[in-house]
Amino acid sequence: MGYKQYILVCGGTACESNQGIALFNALKSAVISNGLVNDVQVVRTGCLGFCEKGPIVKILPQDTFYVEVKPEDAETIVKEHIVKGRVVSRLLYDKKQSQINVGIEGIDFYQKQFRIVLRNCGVIDPDKIDEYIARDGYKALEKVLFTMKPQEVVDEVSKSGLRGRGGAGFPTGKKWSFAAAQPAGQKYMVCNADEGDPGAYMDRSTLEGDPHSVLEAMTIAGYAIGADKGFIYIRAEYPLAIQRLETAIAQSREYGLLGKDILGSGFSFEIEIRLGAGAFVCGEETALLASIEGKRGMPKPRPPFPAVKGLWGCPTVINNVETLANIPVILTKGGLWFSKIGTATSKGTKVFALTGKINNSGLIEVPMGTTLREIIFDIGGGIRNGKAFKAAQTGGPSGGMIPPQFLDTPIDYENLGKIGSIMGSGGLIVMDEDDCIPNIAKFYLDFTVDESCGKCAPCRIGGRKLLDYLKKICNGDGTNADIENMQEISEAMARASLCGLGQTASNPVKSSLRYFMDEYKEHIDEKKCRAGKCKNLLRYTIDAAKCVGCTACARVCPANAIAGERKQPHVIDKTKCIKCGQCFEVCKFHAVNRA
Amino acid sequence: MSNAPTPPAGVQKLTPELKAFIAEWKEKPGNLIMVLHRVQQFFGYIPREVAFEVADLLEIPLAKIYGVVTFYNFFKLKKPGRNRIQVCMGTACYLKGGEDIIAELEGILGVGLNTVTPDGEFSAEAVRCLGCCGLAPVMVINGEVFGKVKTEALQGILAKFRKG
Ligand SMILES: Cc1cc2nc3c(=O)[nH]c(=O)nc-3n(C[C@H](O)[C@H](O)[C@H](O)COP(=O)(O)O)c2cc1C
Ligand code: SF4
Ligand code: SF4
Ligand code: FES
Ligand code: FES
Repeated sequence: MGYKQYILVCGGTACESNQGIALFNALKSAVISNGLVNDVQVVRTGCLGFCEKGPIVKILPQDTFYVEVKPEDAETIVKEHIVKGRVVSRLLYDKKQSQINVGIEGIDFYQKQFRIVLRNCGVIDPDKIDEYIARDGYKALEKVLFTMKPQEVVDEVSKSGLRGRGGAGFPTGKKWSFAAAQPAGQKYMVCNADEGDPGAYMDRSTLEGDPHSVLEAMTIAGYAIGADKGFIYIRAEYPLAIQRLETAIAQSREYGLLGKDILGSGFSFEIEIRLGAGAFVCGEETALLASIEGKRGMPKPRPPFPAVKGLWGCPTVINNVETLANIPVILTKGGLWFSKIGTATSKGTKVFALTGKINNSGLIEVPMGTTLREIIFDIGGGIRNGKAFKAAQTGGPSGGMIPPQFLDTPIDYENLGKIGSIMGSGGLIVMDEDDCIPNIAKFYLDFTVDESCGKCAPCRIGGRKLLDYLKKICNGDGTNADIENMQEISEAMARASLCGLGQTASNPVKSSLRYFMDEYKEHIDEKKCRAGKCKNLLRYTIDAAKCVGCTACARVCPANAIAGERKQPHVIDKTKCIKCGQCFEVCKFHAVNRA
Repeated sequence: MSNAPTPPAGVQKLTPELKAFIAEWKEKPGNLIMVLHRVQQFFGYIPREVAFEVADLLEIPLAKIYGVVTFYNFFKLKKPGRNRIQVCMGTACYLKGGEDIIAELEGILGVGLNTVTPDGEFSAEAVRCLGCCGLAPVMVINGEVFGKVKTEALQGILAKFRKG
């Protein structure tokens, strides 16, 4: 405390791996060498969201927001901004600005966002419990332990309308009430931090940026359902998140906020970390419990539901990281407050990892009911390189592809379901005209086939068959009968698979057949891939009228498939061409055609 | 993304520290996966001799250990190269050319994925989202992240890690 200024440096994964650590150290040295150690504190925070423009530096109290900062800029920031009070315009998002307090107001990326889950991410130092406490942290826990009965806590969460953010959207209050209704005895509270969607990092960022919010919520949940023990099941691939959680657990124990007789309330709660080991199916709750028990992560049929019979046979509530991060705010501001945000059926906000062919990749949080168009074009800044939007995928490999005609659909659980996708955990991948729909369906099926635990036949065999058909189509060997078979298999998998993995694995296929049948047809009937991704279907030819005979293509062709005299039109020998596309790239005269 | 230490040479054996860790966890239910994580963190993989030792200490059948090790992608039965390359094949990286990176890498190394080069220097594997999709396509070598990787840059990046 008592510092005049704070320099916040993003310590999220994207910024850290982009020379962020060197930048942090350079800023610290610059503060020291300018004799400012007593006036200025350099703080490493969690992800600020705008990863595309990282590394990000924010200066308080002016709120100045610097983007794409390099270690070499550290000295300038300290000398100019801190010492002389002059903004470093060239590091601003809008480089034409010259006031010292240019924050995020002018940045489209941050408009339309509303932060509940990410309230502390990028604001506090996640390794310091005092900073969490200074922003009302553990206030909800105190309120709950001293002024509310367990049932009242469950009721407040029910009133908020909060639904599970792990994918299925089950009402959280209801889940808690099932476990609370079980006879007193050993019960468990589990946080699902397995984050299996292979293109998403919401939970990771939350844990890295604000670990205490999840610990506080788990303790509250433990009190509400009568559990004295919690487990956080987290992917071993997230070492930074694990380390921050360990620090946070140690600190809250030290403060008496975790452990025996919390704050003298008589309630005791312990949290232990358990590591996942790279199996997507372990995100499914029954498989996750098997994994915590130290076994192979095989799902079990439900019922019995974990809330009745879970970990080691005891009543267990499993909640996703993001679901939990909402809890302290709901209890301090009230369920009613929360229920006013969002749509009729889906309350609150949703965090998305916005990635793919978008200008502003990053981590965003928007109220439920925001449209895809607002997310992609306003917040995301539209499609990269001025290309045309083709589809967006929510829900990762369990979700569906959403075509342009639904850009204006307000996003909530029901609407996404109606158009053939799911909310999922928050992956939002944007595809443009250069992406081939059957190829992407193949990518997702490749993933789910690889990750199927093999316990039940519809998933094990059906997934493999779908993948085979997709490969066949992308190779140019598809037939119209394949499409019908794919439709049939998709339905069967959705109906007959044992767990959510198999039940949803065909969603990318079903949705793409529904909205992008023309692309499948082109692959099958015309042997054509309009995106130019399916190599087997490509044919490269040279337009004699445009070719000036510069020989560039002939020199670059690794198969020596191009022949021609200097200044004469060149020709590609189809039998030798290996379809590498290098001639297409190299020709400055747009004389090479790809079809 | 753990920075795999150089595994000690010769026959692999549990160190006193690892034995102490196992003793500490022995009575806790569901300990096997946590123990295996610790073993792999040390050796870079799960050596067969060590699996025997773990089975003895935890008093569980060897088959149970192998059942678990083979189920989870994270656990490796083969010793990785001195330098471990991880290429992201998460969705964002796939869309931005992760496949081309792998093809080029296999060409340069002369071996496929999950295989150690004859000189023991490198092994490469495909992994899922590394959590910095904004930098796609992403590659990690010994814990160091390389973003927006271009195939032409691979030779140069690898040279940095080659011995000598
Ligand atoms: C194949 C599969 C993978 C899943 N992966 C995750 C995951 O990575 N993270 C998560 O929180 N939930 C995941 N779920 C959902 C969980 O089963 C469970 O519904 C969720 O953790 C419950 O928490 P919530 O009610 O707070 O959403 C997955 C489900 C399935 C079927
Ligand atoms: S649906 Fe797939 S992942 Fe789930 S139990 Fe069946 S085989 Fe295993
Ligand atoms: S690079 Fe283009 S212009 Fe030059 S020879 Fe080839 S096709 Fe003709
Ligand atoms: S990691 Fe720095 S803004 Fe996301
Ligand atoms: S998909 Fe590669 S970092 Fe996320």
